[in-house]
Amino acid sequence: MGKATFLGGIHTYDGKAMSKDKPTTLLLPKGDLVFPMSQHIGAPAKPIVEKGDKVLVGQKIGEATGFISANIISSVSGTVKVVEKRLTVSGQMTESIVIENDHEYKAVDGFGKLRDYTLLSKQEIRTIIKDAGIVGMGGAGFPTHVKLSPKEDSKIEYILVNAAECEPYLTSDYRMLLEETNKLVTGLKIILSLFENAKGVIAIEDNKPEAINKLKEATLNETNIQVKILKTKYPQGAERQLIYAATGRKLNSKMLPSDVGCIVNNVDTVISICLAVAESTPLIRRIVTVTGDAIVNPRNFNVRTGTNYNEFVAEAGGFVAKPEKIISGGPMMGMSLFSLDIPVTKTSSALLCFLKDDAAAPETACIRCGRCIQACPSGLIPQKLLVTAEQFDDENFMKNNGMECTECGSCTYVCPAKRRITQSMKQTRRSILNNKKKA
Amino acid sequence: MSDLFHVSAAPHTRSPITTKYIMQDVAIALIPASLFGIYNFGIKALLVILTTIIACVVTEYLYEKLMKIPISTGDYSAVVTGILLALNLPASVPLWIPVIGGVFAILVVKMLYGGLGQNFMNPALAARCFLLICFTKRMTNFDVEKISSVIAKLDFKTIMQNGAVAIDGVSGATPLASLRAGETVNIFKMFVGNIGGTIGETSALAILLGGGYLVLRKVIRLRIPFTYIITFAAFILIFGGKGLDTNYLLGQVFGGGLMLGAFFMATDYVTSPITPKGQIAFGICLGLLTGIFRLFGASAEGVSYAIIFCNLLVPLIEKITIPTPFGKERARSGK
Repeated sequence: MGKATFLGGIHTYDGKAMSKDKPTTLLLPKGDLVFPMSQHIGAPAKPIVEKGDKVLVGQKIGEATGFISANIISSVSGTVKVVEKRLTVSGQMTESIVIENDHEYKAVDGFGKLRDYTLLSKQEIRTIIKDAGIVGMGGAGFPTHVKLSPKEDSKIEYILVNAAECEPYLTSDYRMLLEETNKLVTGLKIILSLFENAKGVIAIEDNKPEAINKLKEATLNETNIQVKILKTKYPQGAERQLIYAATGRKLNSKMLPSDVGCIVNNVDTVISICLAVAESTPLIRRIVTVTGDAIVNPRNFNVRTGTNYNEFVAEAGGFVAKPEKIISGGPMMGMSLFSLDIPVTKTSSALLCFLKDDAAAPETACIRCGRCIQACPSGLIPQKLLVTAEQFDDENFMKNNGMECTECGSCTYVCPAKRRITQSMKQTRRSILNNKKKA
Repeated sequence: MSDLFHVSAAPHTRSPITTKYIMQDVAIALIPASLFGIYNFGIKALLVILTTIIACVVTEYLYEKLMKIPISTGDYSAVVTGILLALNLPASVPLWIPVIGGVFAILVVKMLYGGLGQNFMNPALAARCFLLICFTKRMTNFDVEKISSVIAKLDFKTIMQNGAVAIDGVSGATPLASLRAGETVNIFKMFVGNIGGTIGETSALAILLGGGYLVLRKVIRLRIPFTYIITFAAFILIFGGKGLDTNYLLGQVFGGGLMLGAFFMATDYVTSPITPKGQIAFGICLGLLTGIFRLFGASAEGVSYAIIFCNLLVPLIEKITIPTPFGKERARSGK
């Protein structure tokens, strides 16, 4: 039987070898911790502590302010130093709570207490997940309690765990699959207990045989959970492509996964759900891969949210030489940073440091080779969309289905003329969406 | 702190394949056909190839210098145009013809329309058709001499003025002309290429070698060449009036510029549709037109005209073959 996949996509240099066999190491923060109030999609949280307040590990310091919003939890104990605007991954100044770490890690009452999730009601589980501030940790940061509250629970047929990790260089999910296999399965079982008609599917690319074996072992007696092996290809882990590969169902830009009976969660998110529900530990940590040719000793770290990026670089042996480019997240969809002086958030999956900036290649004329069309997983004509985007021709951009773009970057990656296709399309999509909002 | 790094929007990584790399591959793929042309038609063929390459590259360089725009000759696209043009010329032409052809291809067809990626016709073929119309007699003189005799009289003046003179050369009549006259042809000879014709079109074997290389290197896809040749063969079967005469059919397929055109000119990125369905439609149009030109036209040859005519249809073909995006199929069929 052929391995499940989708049409289009690209094969990149994956760079995972640098860090994939490095077990995660616990990294405790040395300096101050910074907690931006916006680490998710939706309304920013509201600070509920003030300068001088004492806080504990697991204490809520930012309160969700709307339906689509998430709590912010302190990952250390100490004193609130200041509440002010600080630089974040996006390059913007975001209201943040700065906490001076007392290095004692005194936790709130009941923190870490084991709990039997089978005794909890659906409502209790959803409330725990909401209170724990869990959001999609794959990068988008969509609040998980919202995702797990579709209109009708009975219509959900598949709970997918996105273990594809198709972004080059990233190995944080892979390490979790190996090291926390049982927590992942428990997390998935907790989610499944919310949806009576759902089956669990762990979707994983075939370049991770060790993890596949471990998962198969761990799910041997779980009749309701299946390990689905997918072809290694970018963007196999994109929501629409993953759902299609695992279930054969297709969705477009106007649909949500729940419209086709699916809910997709990232590996670290599922583990965080397990920690929150079964071990009373809210989202205060995540796994970050620190890698790239500029890093002396590429590693995977288990870190507290709020830790400064500079601390990992030091812990990973520092730089071989001054890097030209630093990326938070994967090289395909991550964000480049102009400074390392920013905190780890719930969605920081990796810190990549490269000696050379690939994206600095000069643009040349489009030769209409059609590689972008072959690569586009959404079946678009990026070449035509680029032309309309460059001419600010929104009407034809939409006519050519430009709004179906998922900004995966495949077209830009393959372009022999090194045209910034995704970038132009992103800009046009933003402006069209903004105009719609205004109208 | 002065730790400022490069900032750009995602994606931050790029494939190692560049335009130059692709054009180099095309140039490499043209080597078998070029070498066979030189073997078949003598050193004169080499001179024609070198002349067109130099004419093309120099024209592009001078134009860009004069217009004060960035020099793009390093991307090898002018070299490819030069080789393709030479392969479409008879080896017997005096050397001023390839010079005019190269200048026309690059200056008029390519640069005046905006340079690489903007031309609406294949430059090499447009130049060939231009030369065919202007210098019909010289462009259809397929008489050539063998290497042995040409080396003896490699005299610049004669070559510049008269081209090579036919002495014990390959038969002047091309197989297509013979087929038109109702004669049978030697298919094996045609496949290998020991026949008359333009420099690069005679050997189907050499062309298939180059074409295969391009397919293996993923530079071209088989969609266009395949639909082109199949459609053409079907057209000949139905309208050729010879029924299932394999000699006639294979003679038509291996004869003239069909193989060279199908693998190297019809697949030109700039002047062929980029949509997958459009490429199939393009191949079918090419097959039909080539068939019509060859069977009912005034000349035995029709590939060049068919291709440059279909080049003009590309925007229309693309317009009606926009693919359905992922996840929208159901919505469309449900209507």
